[in-house]
Amino acid sequence: MNSILDIFTILAVVTGAFFFLAGTVGLLRFPDTLSRLHALTKADNLGLGLVVLGLLPQTGSVIVGLKLIAVWLLVLIASATAAQLIAGKVRTGSSES
Amino acid sequence: MSSALNITLAGLILGLAVWSVLTRETLAAVIGFVAYGLLLTLVWVQLQGIDVALTEAAIGGGLTGILLFGAAVRLRRSEAAPDAEPASARVRWLAASVSAAVSAGLIICVFSLPDPAPTLAPAVAANIAVTEVGNPITAVLLAFRAMDTLLEAIVLVFALIGVWSLAADRVWGGRPGPRPVADPNGMLTYAARILPPLGLMIGAYIFWVGADYPGGKFQGATLLAAMWLLILLAGLTDAPRIDRPAIRIGLVLGPLAFIAIGLTGVLTAGSLLAYPDGFAKPLIVTIELALLPSLTLVLGLLLLGTPERSDEQ
Repeated sequence: MNSILDIFTILAVVTGAFFFLAGTVGLLRFPDTLSRLHALTKADNLGLGLVVLGLLPQTGSVIVGLKLIAVWLLVLIASATAAQLIAGKVRTGSSES
Repeated sequence: MSSALNITLAGLILGLAVWSVLTRETLAAVIGFVAYGLLLTLVWVQLQGIDVALTEAAIGGGLTGILLFGAAVRLRRSEAAPDAEPASARVRWLAASVSAAVSAGLIICVFSLPDPAPTLAPAVAANIAVTEVGNPITAVLLAFRAMDTLLEAIVLVFALIGVWSLAADRVWGGRPGPRPVADPNGMLTYAARILPPLGLMIGAYIFWVGADYPGGKFQGATLLAAMWLLILLAGLTDAPRIDRPAIRIGLVLGPLAFIAIGLTGVLTAGSLLAYPDGFAKPLIVTIELALLPSLTLVLGLLLLGTPERSDEQ
Protein backbone atom coordinates (compact mmCIF):
# COMPACT_ATOMS: atom_id res chain seq x y z
CA MET A 1 0.00 0.00 0.00
CA ASN A 2 2.73 2.41 1.05
CA SER A 3 4.83 1.76 -2.02
CA ILE A 4 1.80 2.42 -4.26
CA LEU A 5 1.35 5.80 -2.55
CA ASP A 6 5.07 6.51 -2.95
CA ILE A 7 4.92 5.73 -6.65
CA PHE A 8 1.87 7.99 -6.96
CA THR A 9 3.80 10.78 -5.19
CA ILE A 10 6.82 10.39 -7.44
CA LEU A 11 4.68 10.36 -10.60
CA ALA A 12 2.63 13.39 -9.59
CA VAL A 13 5.60 15.47 -8.41
CA VAL A 14 7.65 14.63 -11.52
CA THR A 15 4.70 15.55 -13.76
CA GLY A 16 4.31 18.76 -11.77
CA ALA A 17 8.00 19.54 -12.20
CA PHE A 18 7.62 18.91 -15.94
CA PHE A 19 4.86 21.53 -16.09
CA PHE A 20 7.09 24.00 -14.25
CA LEU A 21 9.84 23.31 -16.79
CA ALA A 22 7.42 23.71 -19.71
CA GLY A 23 6.11 26.96 -18.21
CA THR A 24 9.65 28.28 -17.82
CA VAL A 25 10.55 27.37 -21.39
CA GLY A 26 7.36 29.09 -22.55
CA LEU A 27 8.18 32.17 -20.48
CA LEU A 28 11.60 32.38 -22.10
CA ARG A 29 10.65 31.40 -25.67
CA PHE A 30 7.16 32.72 -26.42
CA PRO A 31 7.11 35.82 -28.62
CA ASP A 32 4.69 38.19 -26.84
CA THR A 33 3.63 39.11 -23.31
CA LEU A 34 0.18 37.51 -23.43
CA SER A 35 1.51 34.11 -24.56
CA ARG A 36 4.25 34.28 -21.95
CA LEU A 37 1.67 35.03 -19.24
CA HIS A 38 -0.43 32.14 -20.48
CA ALA A 39 2.53 29.76 -20.30
CA LEU A 40 3.54 30.99 -16.86
CA THR A 41 0.16 30.91 -15.11
CA LYS A 42 -1.29 27.81 -16.75
CA ALA A 43 1.81 25.70 -16.28
CA ASP A 44 2.62 26.94 -12.79
CA ASN A 45 -0.91 26.43 -11.50
CA LEU A 46 -1.11 22.95 -12.94
CA GLY A 47 2.47 22.18 -11.87
CA LEU A 48 1.94 23.33 -8.30
CA GLY A 49 -1.41 21.51 -8.21
CA LEU A 50 0.27 18.26 -9.21
CA VAL A 51 3.11 18.75 -6.71
CA VAL A 52 0.56 19.37 -3.93
CA LEU A 53 -1.51 16.38 -5.07
CA GLY A 54 1.61 14.24 -4.99
CA LEU A 55 2.58 15.41 -1.50
CA LEU A 56 -0.88 14.83 0.00
CA PRO A 57 -0.41 11.08 0.69
CA GLN A 58 2.90 11.86 2.45
CA THR A 59 1.53 14.35 4.98
CA GLY A 60 0.08 11.84 7.41
CA SER A 61 -2.38 14.34 8.85
CA VAL A 62 -5.55 15.89 7.48
CA ILE A 63 -4.70 19.38 8.78
CA VAL A 64 -1.35 19.51 6.97
CA GLY A 65 -3.04 18.25 3.81
CA LEU A 66 -5.67 20.99 4.04
CA LYS A 67 -2.91 23.57 4.55
CA LEU A 68 -1.17 22.33 1.38
CA ILE A 69 -4.43 22.63 -0.59
CA ALA A 70 -4.95 26.11 0.88
CA VAL A 71 -1.47 27.11 -0.32
CA TRP A 72 -2.35 25.94 -3.83
CA LEU A 73 -5.67 27.82 -3.85
CA LEU A 74 -4.01 31.02 -2.57
CA VAL A 75 -1.36 30.80 -5.29
CA LEU A 76 -4.15 30.27 -7.86
CA ILE A 77 -5.93 33.44 -6.74
CA ALA A 78 -2.71 35.46 -6.58
CA SER A 79 -1.35 34.40 -9.96
CA ALA A 80 -4.73 34.76 -11.69
CA THR A 81 -5.02 38.30 -10.31
CA ALA A 82 -1.47 39.26 -11.24
CA ALA A 83 -1.87 37.79 -14.75
CA GLN A 84 -5.13 39.71 -15.30
CA LEU A 85 -3.51 42.96 -14.13
CA ILE A 86 -0.48 42.56 -16.40
CA ALA A 87 -2.68 41.50 -19.34
CA GLY A 88 -4.94 44.52 -18.73
CA LYS A 89 -1.92 46.83 -18.83
CA VAL A 90 -0.75 45.21 -22.08
CA ARG A 91 -4.18 45.65 -23.70
CA THR A 92 -4.51 49.32 -22.81
CA GLY A 93 -1.12 49.76 -24.48
CA SER A 94 0.70 51.41 -21.60
CA SER A 95 3.41 48.77 -21.71
CA GLU A 96 5.23 47.17 -24.63
CA SER A 97 5.62 43.43 -24.92
CA MET B 1 21.24 15.69 -1.91
CA SER B 2 20.72 18.47 0.58
CA SER B 3 24.21 19.85 -0.02
CA ALA B 4 23.42 20.02 -3.75
CA LEU B 5 20.31 22.02 -2.84
CA ASN B 6 22.35 24.32 -0.58
CA ILE B 7 25.01 24.94 -3.21
CA THR B 8 22.33 25.67 -5.83
CA LEU B 9 20.61 28.09 -3.43
CA ALA B 10 23.86 29.87 -2.59
CA GLY B 11 24.78 30.15 -6.27
CA LEU B 12 21.34 31.48 -7.21
CA ILE B 13 21.42 34.05 -4.40
CA LEU B 14 24.89 35.28 -5.28
CA GLY B 15 23.99 35.48 -8.97
CA LEU B 16 20.74 37.31 -8.29
CA ALA B 17 22.47 39.73 -5.91
CA VAL B 18 25.12 40.59 -8.50
CA TRP B 19 22.45 40.93 -11.20
CA SER B 20 20.31 43.24 -9.01
CA VAL B 21 23.30 45.49 -8.39
CA LEU B 22 24.49 45.54 -12.00
CA THR B 23 21.16 45.92 -13.76
CA ARG B 24 20.55 49.43 -15.12
CA GLU B 25 16.79 49.47 -14.81
CA THR B 26 15.54 50.43 -11.32
CA LEU B 27 12.27 48.52 -11.59
CA ALA B 28 14.08 45.37 -12.74
CA ALA B 29 16.54 45.72 -9.85
CA VAL B 30 13.60 45.90 -7.42
CA ILE B 31 12.06 42.75 -8.90
CA GLY B 32 15.47 41.08 -8.51
CA PHE B 33 15.56 42.21 -4.88
CA VAL B 34 12.11 40.71 -4.16
CA ALA B 35 13.15 37.39 -5.71
CA TYR B 36 16.36 37.62 -3.67
CA GLY B 37 14.24 38.02 -0.50
CA LEU B 38 12.23 34.91 -1.38
CA LEU B 39 15.41 32.87 -1.98
CA LEU B 40 16.78 34.14 1.33
CA THR B 41 13.57 32.87 2.94
CA LEU B 42 14.42 29.40 1.61
CA VAL B 43 17.91 29.72 3.11
CA TRP B 44 16.42 30.50 6.53
CA VAL B 45 14.12 27.49 6.17
CA GLN B 46 17.20 25.37 5.35
CA LEU B 47 18.87 26.75 8.51
CA GLN B 48 15.67 25.88 10.45
CA GLY B 49 15.12 29.51 11.41
CA ILE B 50 11.42 29.43 10.56
CA ASP B 51 10.69 32.63 12.53
CA VAL B 52 13.36 34.51 10.59
CA ALA B 53 12.13 32.94 7.35
CA LEU B 54 8.59 34.18 7.97
CA THR B 55 9.88 37.66 8.77
CA GLU B 56 12.14 37.69 5.72
CA ALA B 57 9.26 36.67 3.45
CA ALA B 58 6.90 39.22 4.99
CA ILE B 59 9.24 42.17 5.53
CA GLY B 60 12.27 41.57 3.31
CA GLY B 61 10.45 40.25 0.26
CA GLY B 62 6.99 41.73 0.65
CA LEU B 63 6.99 45.01 2.51
CA THR B 64 10.42 46.33 1.51
CA GLY B 65 9.68 45.21 -2.04
CA ILE B 66 6.51 47.31 -2.21
CA LEU B 67 8.33 50.29 -0.63
CA LEU B 68 11.08 50.02 -3.26
CA PHE B 69 8.50 49.61 -6.06
CA GLY B 70 6.87 52.85 -4.96
CA ALA B 71 10.26 54.57 -4.84
CA ALA B 72 11.22 53.24 -8.30
CA VAL B 73 7.97 54.49 -9.85
CA ARG B 74 8.43 57.92 -8.27
CA LEU B 75 12.06 58.10 -9.40
CA ARG B 76 11.23 57.23 -13.00
CA ARG B 77 10.88 60.79 -14.22
CA SER B 78 13.96 62.20 -12.51
CA GLU B 79 16.13 59.19 -13.36
CA ALA B 80 16.33 59.73 -17.12
CA ALA B 81 18.60 62.79 -16.85
CA PRO B 82 21.47 61.27 -14.79
CA ASP B 83 21.23 58.05 -16.84
CA ALA B 84 21.78 59.98 -20.07
CA GLU B 85 25.25 61.18 -19.12
CA PRO B 86 27.53 58.47 -17.74
CA ALA B 87 29.49 59.22 -14.58
CA SER B 88 33.05 60.45 -15.00
CA ALA B 89 35.95 58.05 -14.60
CA ARG B 90 36.90 59.65 -11.28
CA VAL B 91 33.45 59.11 -9.77
CA ARG B 92 33.47 55.50 -11.00
CA TRP B 93 36.86 54.84 -9.43
CA LEU B 94 35.76 56.47 -6.19
CA ALA B 95 32.56 54.39 -6.06
CA ALA B 96 34.48 51.20 -6.89
CA SER B 97 37.12 51.80 -4.21
CA VAL B 98 34.53 52.66 -1.54
CA SER B 99 32.60 49.47 -2.40
CA ALA B 100 35.80 47.43 -2.34
CA ALA B 101 36.78 48.92 1.03
CA VAL B 102 33.37 48.10 2.53
CA SER B 103 33.55 44.54 1.17
CA ALA B 104 37.10 44.12 2.52
CA GLY B 105 35.99 45.43 5.92
CA LEU B 106 33.08 42.99 6.01
CA ILE B 107 35.32 40.07 4.99
CA ILE B 108 37.85 40.95 7.72
CA CYS B 109 35.06 41.23 10.32
CA VAL B 110 33.51 37.89 9.35
CA PHE B 111 36.84 36.09 9.45
CA SER B 112 37.86 37.59 12.80
CA LEU B 113 34.65 36.42 14.52
CA PRO B 114 35.42 34.07 17.44
CA ASP B 115 34.90 30.40 16.72
CA PRO B 116 32.74 28.91 18.19
CA ALA B 117 30.53 31.99 18.21
CA PRO B 118 29.55 33.28 21.68
CA THR B 119 25.98 32.24 22.30
CA LEU B 120 23.31 32.76 24.90
CA ALA B 121 21.19 29.97 23.46
CA PRO B 122 21.91 27.53 26.35
CA ALA B 123 20.92 30.26 28.84
CA VAL B 124 17.66 30.78 26.96
CA ALA B 125 17.01 27.04 26.82
CA ALA B 126 17.67 26.77 30.56
CA ASN B 127 15.36 29.63 31.51
CA ILE B 128 12.57 29.46 28.94
CA ALA B 129 10.30 27.60 31.35
CA VAL B 130 10.01 30.77 33.49
CA THR B 131 8.26 32.61 30.68
CA GLU B 132 5.74 29.81 30.03
CA VAL B 133 5.92 30.38 26.27
CA GLY B 134 7.03 27.51 24.05
CA ASN B 135 8.70 29.44 21.22
CA PRO B 136 12.23 30.51 22.29
CA ILE B 137 12.16 33.40 19.76
CA THR B 138 9.07 34.85 21.44
CA ALA B 139 10.66 34.32 24.86
CA VAL B 140 13.76 36.26 23.77
CA LEU B 141 11.80 39.03 22.04
CA LEU B 142 9.30 39.67 24.81
CA ALA B 143 11.01 38.53 28.00
CA PHE B 144 14.81 38.31 27.89
CA ARG B 145 15.31 41.16 25.41
CA ALA B 146 11.98 42.95 25.80
CA MET B 147 13.74 46.35 25.78
CA ASP B 148 14.89 45.82 22.18
CA THR B 149 11.40 44.90 21.05
CA LEU B 150 9.90 47.90 22.83
CA LEU B 151 12.36 50.28 21.19
CA GLU B 152 11.71 48.64 17.80
CA ALA B 153 7.99 49.21 18.15
CA ILE B 154 8.62 52.87 19.05
CA VAL B 155 11.12 53.37 16.21
CA LEU B 156 8.49 52.24 13.71
CA VAL B 157 6.10 54.94 14.94
CA PHE B 158 8.93 57.48 14.64
CA ALA B 159 9.59 56.32 11.08
CA LEU B 160 5.94 56.89 10.23
CA ILE B 161 6.07 60.39 11.75
CA GLY B 162 9.15 61.01 9.60
CA VAL B 163 7.27 59.93 6.46
CA TRP B 164 4.25 62.06 7.38
CA SER B 165 6.40 65.10 8.06
CA LEU B 166 7.32 65.20 4.36
CA ALA B 167 3.74 66.25 3.55
CA ALA B 168 3.02 69.71 2.19
CA ASP B 169 1.33 72.10 4.64
CA ARG B 170 -1.93 72.35 2.73
CA VAL B 171 -2.54 68.58 2.75
CA TRP B 172 -1.37 67.99 6.32
CA GLY B 173 -3.79 65.70 8.10
CA GLY B 174 -5.22 64.54 4.77
CA ARG B 175 -5.30 61.16 3.09
CA PRO B 176 -2.26 59.42 1.58
CA GLY B 177 -2.25 57.98 -1.93
CA PRO B 178 -4.38 58.74 -4.98
CA ARG B 179 -8.17 58.91 -4.89
CA PRO B 180 -9.60 55.37 -5.06
CA VAL B 181 -11.02 54.24 -8.39
CA ALA B 182 -12.84 50.94 -8.15
CA ASP B 183 -13.41 48.76 -11.19
CA PRO B 184 -16.42 46.68 -10.09
CA ASN B 185 -15.72 43.95 -12.67
CA GLY B 186 -11.94 43.90 -12.29
CA MET B 187 -9.94 40.93 -11.16
CA LEU B 188 -8.24 43.04 -8.48
CA THR B 189 -11.63 43.92 -6.98
CA TYR B 190 -12.53 40.24 -6.99
CA ALA B 191 -9.28 39.32 -5.22
CA ALA B 192 -9.79 42.17 -2.74
CA ARG B 193 -13.22 40.72 -1.92
CA ILE B 194 -12.28 37.06 -1.44
CA LEU B 195 -8.72 37.25 -0.06
CA PRO B 196 -9.10 39.47 3.04
CA PRO B 197 -11.26 37.06 5.08
CA LEU B 198 -8.67 34.33 4.45
CA GLY B 199 -5.80 36.73 5.08
CA LEU B 200 -7.33 37.90 8.36
CA MET B 201 -7.73 34.33 9.51
CA ILE B 202 -4.16 33.36 8.56
CA GLY B 203 -2.77 36.58 10.10
CA ALA B 204 -4.62 35.93 13.37
CA TYR B 205 -3.45 32.29 13.28
CA ILE B 206 0.21 33.25 12.76
CA PHE B 207 -0.11 35.77 15.59
CA TRP B 208 -1.73 33.28 17.93
CA VAL B 209 0.65 30.35 17.37
CA GLY B 210 3.60 32.72 17.92
CA ALA B 211 3.62 31.90 21.63
CA ASP B 212 4.54 28.27 21.03
CA TYR B 213 5.49 27.88 17.36
CA PRO B 214 7.17 30.05 14.71
CA GLY B 215 5.08 33.15 14.09
CA GLY B 216 4.08 36.16 16.10
CA LYS B 217 2.76 39.68 16.06
CA PHE B 218 5.16 41.02 13.45
CA GLN B 219 4.44 38.42 10.78
CA GLY B 220 0.73 38.49 11.61
CA ALA B 221 0.63 42.28 11.44
CA THR B 222 2.34 42.26 8.04
CA LEU B 223 -0.35 39.96 6.66
CA LEU B 224 -3.14 42.09 8.12
CA ALA B 225 -1.53 45.23 6.68
CA ALA B 226 -1.21 43.49 3.29
CA MET B 227 -4.92 42.67 3.30
CA TRP B 228 -5.78 46.28 4.20
CA LEU B 229 -3.55 47.55 1.38
CA LEU B 230 -5.14 45.10 -1.08
CA ILE B 231 -8.59 46.56 -0.29
CA LEU B 232 -7.19 50.09 -0.68
CA LEU B 233 -5.42 49.23 -3.96
CA ALA B 234 -8.64 47.81 -5.39
CA GLY B 235 -10.32 51.11 -4.50
CA LEU B 236 -12.99 49.45 -2.37
CA THR B 237 -12.40 51.98 0.39
CA ASP B 238 -10.41 55.17 0.89
CA ALA B 239 -7.25 55.60 2.93
CA PRO B 240 -7.95 57.17 6.33
CA ARG B 241 -7.20 60.81 7.12
CA ILE B 242 -4.02 60.74 9.17
CA ASP B 243 -5.44 63.22 11.69
CA ARG B 244 -8.24 60.86 12.69
CA PRO B 245 -8.06 60.33 16.46
CA ALA B 246 -8.80 56.60 16.09
CA ILE B 247 -5.76 56.21 13.81
CA ARG B 248 -3.50 58.12 16.19
CA ILE B 249 -4.69 56.15 19.21
CA GLY B 250 -4.31 52.86 17.36
CA LEU B 251 -0.73 53.76 16.41
CA VAL B 252 0.46 54.39 19.97
CA LEU B 253 -1.74 51.83 21.73
CA GLY B 254 0.76 48.97 21.42
CA PRO B 255 3.91 50.84 22.52
CA LEU B 256 1.98 52.52 25.36
CA ALA B 257 0.61 49.21 26.64
CA PHE B 258 4.14 47.76 26.42
CA ILE B 259 5.57 50.70 28.41
CA ALA B 260 2.75 50.52 30.98
CA ILE B 261 3.28 46.80 31.58
CA GLY B 262 7.05 47.37 31.66
CA LEU B 263 6.70 50.10 34.31
CA THR B 264 4.34 47.96 36.36
CA GLY B 265 7.16 45.44 36.45
CA VAL B 266 9.15 47.88 38.63
CA LEU B 267 6.51 47.59 41.33
CA THR B 268 5.46 43.96 40.98
CA ALA B 269 8.69 42.23 39.97
CA GLY B 270 11.41 44.62 41.02
CA SER B 271 12.72 45.78 37.66
CA LEU B 272 11.73 47.50 34.43
CA LEU B 273 10.07 45.16 31.90
CA ALA B 274 10.15 42.27 34.37
CA TYR B 275 7.07 40.10 34.77
CA PRO B 276 5.83 38.89 38.18
CA ASP B 277 6.02 35.12 38.74
CA GLY B 278 3.22 33.18 37.12
CA PHE B 279 1.98 36.16 35.08
CA ALA B 280 4.66 36.09 32.37
CA LYS B 281 2.62 34.40 29.68
CA PRO B 282 -0.64 36.38 30.10
CA LEU B 283 1.36 39.63 30.11
CA ILE B 284 3.38 38.63 27.03
CA VAL B 285 0.18 37.73 25.17
CA THR B 286 -1.39 41.05 26.26
CA ILE B 287 1.58 43.00 24.92
CA GLU B 288 1.50 41.10 21.63
CA LEU B 289 -2.25 41.61 21.34
CA ALA B 290 -1.83 45.37 21.89
CA LEU B 291 1.09 45.57 19.45
CA LEU B 292 -0.76 43.73 16.66
CA PRO B 293 -3.14 46.57 15.63
CA SER B 294 -0.44 49.21 16.12
CA LEU B 295 2.04 47.34 13.92
CA THR B 296 -0.65 46.68 11.29
CA LEU B 297 -1.45 50.40 11.16
CA VAL B 298 2.21 51.47 11.13
CA LEU B 299 3.17 49.07 8.34
CA GLY B 300 0.11 49.89 6.24
CA LEU B 301 0.47 53.65 6.67
CA LEU B 302 4.23 53.50 6.00
CA LEU B 303 3.49 51.92 2.64
CA LEU B 304 0.72 54.40 1.86
CA GLY B 305 3.26 57.20 2.35
CA THR B 306 2.82 60.90 2.90
CA PRO B 307 -0.63 62.52 2.86
CA GLU B 308 -1.32 63.91 -0.62
CA ARG B 309 -4.85 65.31 -0.59
CA SER B 310 -7.09 67.01 1.91
CA ASP B 311 -10.81 66.48 1.61
CA GLU B 312 -11.60 69.99 0.31
CA GLN B 313 -9.66 69.49 -2.91
